[in-house]
Amino acid sequence: MKQDTKHTAPATPWHRDPAVRALVFQALLVLVVAWSLGTIFSNTITNLESRGIHTGFDFLDEVAPFAVGFSPFIEFILGESTYWDVFLIGIQNTMIVSFLGIIAATLLGFIIGIMRLSPNWLVSKIASVYIETFRNIPLLLQIMFWNFAIFLPTLPGPRQSLSLGESLFLNNRGLYLPKPVVENEAGTWVVVISAIAAVIACGVLYRWARRRKDQTGQSFPIFSISLLIIVLLPMTVYFIAGNPIAAELPELKRFNFEGGMQMPLPLFSLWFALTTYTAAFIGETVRGGILAVDHGQTEAANSLGLRRGQVLRLVVIPQALRVIIPPTISQFLNLTKNSSLAVAVAYEELVNIWSGIALNQTGQALVIIAMTIVVYETLSLATSAILNFYNARIQLVER
Amino acid sequence: MNTNMFIKLIVTAGALLLSITASAGTLEDVKKRGHLVCGVNNGVPGFSAPDDKGRMQGIDADVCYATAAAVLGDASKVEFTPLTAKERFTALSSGEVDVLSRNTTHTLHRDAALGLNFTYYNYIDGQGFMVKKDLGVKRALELDGAAICIQQGTTTELNLADYFRANNMQYKPIGYETAPQTRDGFDKGACDVLTSDKSQLAAHRTELKDPTSAIILPETISKEPLGPVVRQGDDVWFNIVKWVVYAMINAEEAGINSRNVDKLRENSDDPNIKRILGVEGEMGKNLQLSNDWAYNIIKQVGNYGESYSRNVEPLGLARKGSVNALWTRGGVLYAPPIR
Repeated sequence: MKQDTKHTAPATPWHRDPAVRALVFQALLVLVVAWSLGTIFSNTITNLESRGIHTGFDFLDEVAPFAVGFSPFIEFILGESTYWDVFLIGIQNTMIVSFLGIIAATLLGFIIGIMRLSPNWLVSKIASVYIETFRNIPLLLQIMFWNFAIFLPTLPGPRQSLSLGESLFLNNRGLYLPKPVVENEAGTWVVVISAIAAVIACGVLYRWARRRKDQTGQSFPIFSISLLIIVLLPMTVYFIAGNPIAAELPELKRFNFEGGMQMPLPLFSLWFALTTYTAAFIGETVRGGILAVDHGQTEAANSLGLRRGQVLRLVVIPQALRVIIPPTISQFLNLTKNSSLAVAVAYEELVNIWSGIALNQTGQALVIIAMTIVVYETLSLATSAILNFYNARIQLVER
Repeated sequence: MNTNMFIKLIVTAGALLLSITASAGTLEDVKKRGHLVCGVNNGVPGFSAPDDKGRMQGIDADVCYATAAAVLGDASKVEFTPLTAKERFTALSSGEVDVLSRNTTHTLHRDAALGLNFTYYNYIDGQGFMVKKDLGVKRALELDGAAICIQQGTTTELNLADYFRANNMQYKPIGYETAPQTRDGFDKGACDVLTSDKSQLAAHRTELKDPTSAIILPETISKEPLGPVVRQGDDVWFNIVKWVVYAMINAEEAGINSRNVDKLRENSDDPNIKRILGVEGEMGKNLQLSNDWAYNIIKQVGNYGESYSRNVEPLGLARKGSVNALWTRGGVLYAPPIR
């Protein structure tokens, strides 16, 4: 036996042994990659040193020598806020526009996707035209279009603002809303707690309604009742507690409205563009997802006597969702990343004020770009984690 | 996999990396390439903006042409790279451009912390405000609460914040990336005020839909010495660009211009003119250039005064009596002697 092996397969020299070769090549590859990275790193350090550039995180504590205009949740004080604050404001503003964009694009995308499948010729053609238009025009162009061609020329200046009940104003600088101001802290807490209680009550009601439906088959108008509870309960408490929250109205000063809640025009330009653009893609995903559901399902639902809306809501969409969600996650991530085009219309998000203005004024390119990358990476991973969790929950459970 | 091929691959990759590491001086790079890569503004009339034939024109563009004339003997061998204010220093540091001639203000921070070397000034400016006439604003101190259009990544941004802080006023910054976008934002009503260097305001005003709808306020709130910039750590190149600007100013002072330069080279007895034009001495050699470097600049581009009257004068910015006049005429432009 031993001799046999020797004859049929003579001892291969080590450099011909596939296992050894594979190991050697992989080791070499690792070495090359490590060496390349090392070279890039040492190159950068040497070049920075030779030009006298010091890099590090020290500048984060310095006072930012420029102003940031839009920051609804973090207060920016010129002359006191630091670069770190600017960084946080950048993240905040990126998250605001991404959040608004994701919500709006999902709603619009769903509507468009379903419209495109409509048996009504006009409705489906409108959806097709919408998709083909918005999907094929570069996003940057759309952002500029909304801002420079639609909003700025059509909206009036601050002194001729459109107003609704003298408390809500719209002009070519933005939207000005009354801002809730806490006047009586204890009363405010009562209202907040009552609102939370209303939400919990709805949850309980929902579970009860479901159980009843499972047992008796009777359905319960859960949506309208919940809405009623959520609106009525806190409102009643609010009036009983003696109006603990007042409204600060925007006031017209020399140049524009001051006070109140302000949403700058660039936010709308960016939000609209991101929404219309991303909705076109989501619409196609939705259409694909619905078409992926076997037509027999619709026919079966029809033969049970369900209306078209019910067929969609109860039979088709739950099955379509598992096809729709994974590609929609990437659309959400795209939307978040696309918000970095904001600089074209002067919306102050992360890339604009952090890796734009702050980078330029400090010269700390390495640190700032690295921090920006980490933020987008984190936002993307968080978004996909949340949606993957949701996706796992709605997946078909095999019984 | 073939072992030989693999080794070749590694060697090529290594060679590629090494070639990135090895960096010759900028002068050699420019000579080898055969043209100069010059970073300029992407559209400020008078400083650098393409004319109707697509040729870059302006006082900043002229520094590029002059540098190419001095180094390569041919002013036309320039490749212009339009840069936004935000991109400019990164583009220069990374070697994307050889020289940055983009109305850039000389400040301590940029000089010391960004790895840049500022040469000399080709325009001395100051920041001002342009407002819509119908707002009825007459002075900068009335601007409390205004929305202000501004180009990002500029010293303007910082001066503005300082000025409003010092005077205890508030403002809303509307920051755009490029000068044309900033002007467009102001023109279309995204803001009440446009702030920039006064020369740029004058240029922007000419390009508004209705130039008479805006006025420039009298205040000047900052010092903005503008000039070409190079990377730190390349002294040979630093000297060249610096002396290109000096040569243009010295030529004006000595009365040499593009029309009389040939005649003066032939028959001038003035030793100063002879030195400038390379008839006497080894001035060009000292800069590692040919001796006719300054002659080429003056012949092909002109002296500083010619460049100014060709580019900046049409904006309505008179030179007479301004800081940008020669020191002999009451200004501050003072170039060290070529000797």
